[in-house]
Amino acid sequence: MPKDEKKPVSKLATQIAEYAEADGVVFPPLVLQALHEKLQNLRLEPPEVKRVVHDVAARFGRARVDPHESVGIIAAQSIGEPGTQMTLRTFHYAGVAEMNVTLGLPRLIELVDARRVPSTPMMTVYVERKHRTDRAAVEKIALQIEVSTIPDVAAIGTVVEDLKVVITPQLSLMHSRGVKRGDIERALQEGIDPRKFKVADGAGSGESRPFEIFLAEAPAPAPGKAKKEEPDEDMPFKRLLAASEAAKAIRIKGLTGIQRALIKKEKDEYVIYTEGSNLEDVLEIEGVDGDRTTTNSIFEIYKVFGIEAARAALIQETSRTLAEQGLTVDIRHLMLVADVMTNEGDIRAIGRHGISGKKTSVLARAAFEITAAHLLRAAITGEADELKGVAENIIVGQPITLGTGAVNLVYRPTVAPKTPPQAVEPPAPIEAADEDEPLVPEG
Amino acid sequence: MAQGLSKRIKSLQFAFLSPDEIRRMNAVKVITADTYDDDGYPIEMGLMDLHLGVIEPNLRCRTCGGRVNECPGHFGIIELAMPVIHVGYAKEIKRLLQLTCRACGRLLPDAPSGSRAEVALEGDDGPATPSPREGKEERSCPHCHEVQQRIVLDKPTTFRENGHKITPKEVRARLERIPDDDVRALGLNPKAGRPEWMVLTVLPVPPVQVRPSITLESGERSEDDLTHKLVDVLRINQRLRENRDMGAPQLVVEDLWELLQYHVTTYFDNQTSGIPPARHRSGRPLKTLAQRLKGKDGRFRSNLSGKRVNFSARTVISPDPMLSINEVGIPVEVGRALTVPLEVTPYNADVAKALVKRGPTPADQDGLYQCGVNYLIREDGQRIKVMDKNAEACAELVTPGCVVERQLINGDIVLFNRQPSLHRMSMMAHFVRILPHKTFRFNLCDCPPYNADFDGDEMNLHVLQSQEARAEAKVLMKVEEHILSPRYGGPIIGMLHDHITGMFLLTYQNPRFNRAEVTYMLSRINMPVPPPAGSDKDRGEFWLGKQLFSLLLPKELTIEYRANIWNKCTDAPLHCPHDAWVVVEKGELKAGAIDKKSVAYEKGALLDAIARNYGVGRARQFLDEASRLAIATIDLRGLSTGIDDEDVPRAARKEIDDVLTAARLKVNELVDQYRKGELEQMPGRSLEETLEVLVRRELGRARDDAGEIAGRQLGLENPAVILARSGARGSMLNLTQMAGAVGQQSVRGERLLRGYFNRTLPHFGRGDLGADARGFVSSSYKRGLAPTEYFFHSMGGREGLVDTAVRTSRSGYMQRRLINALEDLHVDEDRTVRNTAGTIIEYKYGEDGIDPTRSYGGLAVALDEIVTMALGRRLRPSSEDKPEGGAGTPPVTEEEMDLLAEAQLEEEGEEEEAEEVPSPEEGPGFEGE
Repeated sequence: MPKDEKKPVSKLATQIAEYAEADGVVFPPLVLQALHEKLQNLRLEPPEVKRVVHDVAARFGRARVDPHESVGIIAAQSIGEPGTQMTLRTFHYAGVAEMNVTLGLPRLIELVDARRVPSTPMMTVYVERKHRTDRAAVEKIALQIEVSTIPDVAAIGTVVEDLKVVITPQLSLMHSRGVKRGDIERALQEGIDPRKFKVADGAGSGESRPFEIFLAEAPAPAPGKAKKEEPDEDMPFKRLLAASEAAKAIRIKGLTGIQRALIKKEKDEYVIYTEGSNLEDVLEIEGVDGDRTTTNSIFEIYKVFGIEAARAALIQETSRTLAEQGLTVDIRHLMLVADVMTNEGDIRAIGRHGISGKKTSVLARAAFEITAAHLLRAAITGEADELKGVAENIIVGQPITLGTGAVNLVYRPTVAPKTPPQAVEPPAPIEAADEDEPLVPEG
Repeated sequence: MAQGLSKRIKSLQFAFLSPDEIRRMNAVKVITADTYDDDGYPIEMGLMDLHLGVIEPNLRCRTCGGRVNECPGHFGIIELAMPVIHVGYAKEIKRLLQLTCRACGRLLPDAPSGSRAEVALEGDDGPATPSPREGKEERSCPHCHEVQQRIVLDKPTTFRENGHKITPKEVRARLERIPDDDVRALGLNPKAGRPEWMVLTVLPVPPVQVRPSITLESGERSEDDLTHKLVDVLRINQRLRENRDMGAPQLVVEDLWELLQYHVTTYFDNQTSGIPPARHRSGRPLKTLAQRLKGKDGRFRSNLSGKRVNFSARTVISPDPMLSINEVGIPVEVGRALTVPLEVTPYNADVAKALVKRGPTPADQDGLYQCGVNYLIREDGQRIKVMDKNAEACAELVTPGCVVERQLINGDIVLFNRQPSLHRMSMMAHFVRILPHKTFRFNLCDCPPYNADFDGDEMNLHVLQSQEARAEAKVLMKVEEHILSPRYGGPIIGMLHDHITGMFLLTYQNPRFNRAEVTYMLSRINMPVPPPAGSDKDRGEFWLGKQLFSLLLPKELTIEYRANIWNKCTDAPLHCPHDAWVVVEKGELKAGAIDKKSVAYEKGALLDAIARNYGVGRARQFLDEASRLAIATIDLRGLSTGIDDEDVPRAARKEIDDVLTAARLKVNELVDQYRKGELEQMPGRSLEETLEVLVRRELGRARDDAGEIAGRQLGLENPAVILARSGARGSMLNLTQMAGAVGQQSVRGERLLRGYFNRTLPHFGRGDLGADARGFVSSSYKRGLAPTEYFFHSMGGREGLVDTAVRTSRSGYMQRRLINALEDLHVDEDRTVRNTAGTIIEYKYGEDGIDPTRSYGGLAVALDEIVTMALGRRLRPSSEDKPEGGAGTPPVTEEEMDLLAEAQLEEEGEEEEAEEVPSPEEGPGFEGE
């Protein structure tokens, strides 16, 4: 709660901090905040507060992870196991019925694969505070985002006898898209190759006055290339078709890659959902709330906001994908996956091209995929396998270095008494030893 | 067994085998392409030469003199007449040739200078190693001014310079000229091997142990694929040598040389792209060196990362509610076959002797199984099979230092596993109970972690062989240690199906039981009958269900939550007429029915609270007792359901039919509107899509309405409803599909579409968009489906099956990759998360250092609970306290709400439908796996 930080520290907060310190525990912010809230509602006396804080501290201490716990494997299992229960279909995203978004297992695979472009890129664009509740203003922004092409606002027809393409702006469509005739004109001028075609105004007047595209006068072809283009010259209607195709592809306004922008009311503000993603450009648009606007493309987030943001996005996307399927997976597992993927400063995929391919151990790599190549490569570079990981130790047949394999118990028997063992023996000293220590019993 | 001393391999160095080294280790120079002579005796200097090792009994190795199991085998060599490229290094050779001078072998200038590359080499491979610039312009060597030529690799092993072939001999000569310093700069390690060694002049012949020949029943010998390949190499090598020495025409020699290259190439890798794989006479491609290592059945994944084991058993599983969740029932036959090593010391020598004396098949004593002994291992390591005949004699041999392999007894700890082993709960430790009959048996509560059922599933069992292993299993792997799942910090082991029904019958509306009944029930859990709750004029003393249930609870437990049957009622918890609020105070169930929310796996709030506050041992006890009590209750009360449970009165049936007819008409109306173009388009949707959405919404509503009407007829006195509402099995949706209407069938989330041209079935007109034509099933399961409906239903059902089949392979691969990427991570002693290379991945695990297993549904601490316990007061649970599976962004408008609800319902419906269809896994004719 950012607001709480600004407030003077309450008496209760100091009390909690004091008692926690006495117990030698540092609570993470989330716990502290929840505790504070709870106790504030209860209005307890200091001794009671102390009691509660003490109990919480004790429980907190007991809930910590043990050193040498193989958290990686647990995380992988916790994410992989429910995978069998997920759906394969894409379904629409909760809240926006009109949009299809990849969900379920395919989405999860796509996330851990660190694909550059998700199969259904999507943005959630929030609007700055002042326009948030104003539908018209939000619509205006949406129109700036959504790509409008000529077919979106005009009818394109071909008149073969006159060898021209006629583009007739449709007023209602133009209005709903917020496009003026001038916009179309500009787009046509920019988008049509003047060496090949000629744009002119058609008959009529006003906003709906059509445009006509003619074939340009046959440009004096370079002598050498003339022959190559000859078939084209013979079939002008083919070129006409090309002109109409070119016109269809022209973008009048909007951001590249965004096919659609929908406005949805969420609580008491209007939010824009887009099909297609272009975070970099959308942030440039005035009125867009850059703090909250987001995309489901991890790579775009990485490019625009950096690796920490990409990590957070990965966590959020994976956890949302799982939650949407009704599967509960602890967020710590997802964090670990995201951390492994982003740990080196860029996004690395889970798999042969990412983390598994970069492992230090030759044997571990060979056991995963592309076995022969790794072994051959190891020989020419004279690699040594230090046998520190899990897979390589299993391969050579010795205990792995995690969990109980990370520690050893050394038993140092006291020098045997000359008399036979007596009834009461002193307990043998037992100590945990470092794994490098020799395991030979002394004496 | 060596004790207290363990050696570790510290590292493994990879390097080249130099030609010299290959020659030095040779035991025999192989020159004859034949293997055995007519008598079946290995030919000398042949591929099966006795110097290479022995695979037949009663022969001795000529090199070391060892017998079959003593001689490790020895390498031989084939001196190649002409050098040959090693396929695996063709690309590397190309790189080296391109980067070095063709005349003097020095590094060419546009590669980074030696010193810089050297530094980079220490870091990592990859980016630092220079790669050739595919420049077209001519370059000349700065050292000798030789003009360089363009070198291309004609895959797989032919090099060309300006179109002219460079022979392997020439390639080798060039590689030889590269000085060591430049080799280093090129990213290779000259200490591990000189580059020219990538061109082979001598081929090591692996020992016969590597390529054993098998003798068929007919007495015919069948050679290993590798031997076949080596024969080819030898044969061509011989011909090449002869031709070359005879001064045969250049062309012939070159042809043979290329053939030799082909055979050596396929000897290494028979799947090299660009050349046809060498085949067996039958047409099967040969399995050569690379194929032996590669892939799922290759050496690495099949024999090194996982191995076959002894001391294991596998059989069909079946349930046994009287076993503790920590136990496993084992057939006598299995118990006799599996053994535990018992080390004989002066202290137990007498016991060991007595055991051995029993022999391997002791008679039962007082009808109880007695363990015997299968083997006796003497101090010198000799293994003696104990038989009934020699048992007495063997017993005499038992002295301290011996090991006696004793059969299983009750209380031994074993590992129990069901594949696929997707998480660590797929392999847990159980205590042995030797039982009659031939199946493995365990408590039903253990089904969810193993994902087991009893439709023919088999499971594996492993007996631990060392004290250390047994100790670890006991501390870490016991079933009770896994009641709480690390996946979500809640119980994964809990009650299911009949257990839940039983609990519900026991507690719902607090039924009364008489003394006979109570005695019967409590005898199952060995508990004395408590004082009666009251007494009644006609029937005498009575006990209450909640009272009996409370016997199982820890004495101080205080908790309050909503039961599964809670249906949005707002009554005060203690006075809820529906018994939908569970209130436990000081270990006493004050109100509420015990159902899925209390005790089931994944959900059970009560179970969760017991496990976290009183330890997993107490939770185990609770589960053991509660499941037995539940079964006793259901034994007593009985519960059966049949299709007549879904009977609805005629009036209701009429109502349902009316609803469905109305919906059908409404759909027709919508279709008409669409045809006339009167339909109002939804934003961002095409007209067709709009129609589909509206139609589906209409039909979905009709199905729900029909279900609602049917549901009204089905109250909590209906056994099927009890099952559904208590969460034991099935859902209300299943019931309404039986009583009301099945509803819309779909494929890929859309109404059925495909089949014939423009229609689903010839029963309908082309382009019919109506409800019936596109897969709406208005019949109920009980009434039976019309033929067209039946067909549509199976279309939807098939999608479910296909989905499942595709999904398993996809998620399996994802999990394999995840495991491979994350397996090396661990929490270090400073509580950072590191990989085995020591790189820090997280400074604090999960940002708070909390173990998800010990968390409260993901939260670090269960605040409410602690505060309640600390203050000894009951607090109202605030609804947000326990994190539920968070949905996405909450919907806003009513329209969206509808759509969302519909989507979810549909999904749910399909899921259930999919289950209804007998899948191949569950079908009777198939194996359970």
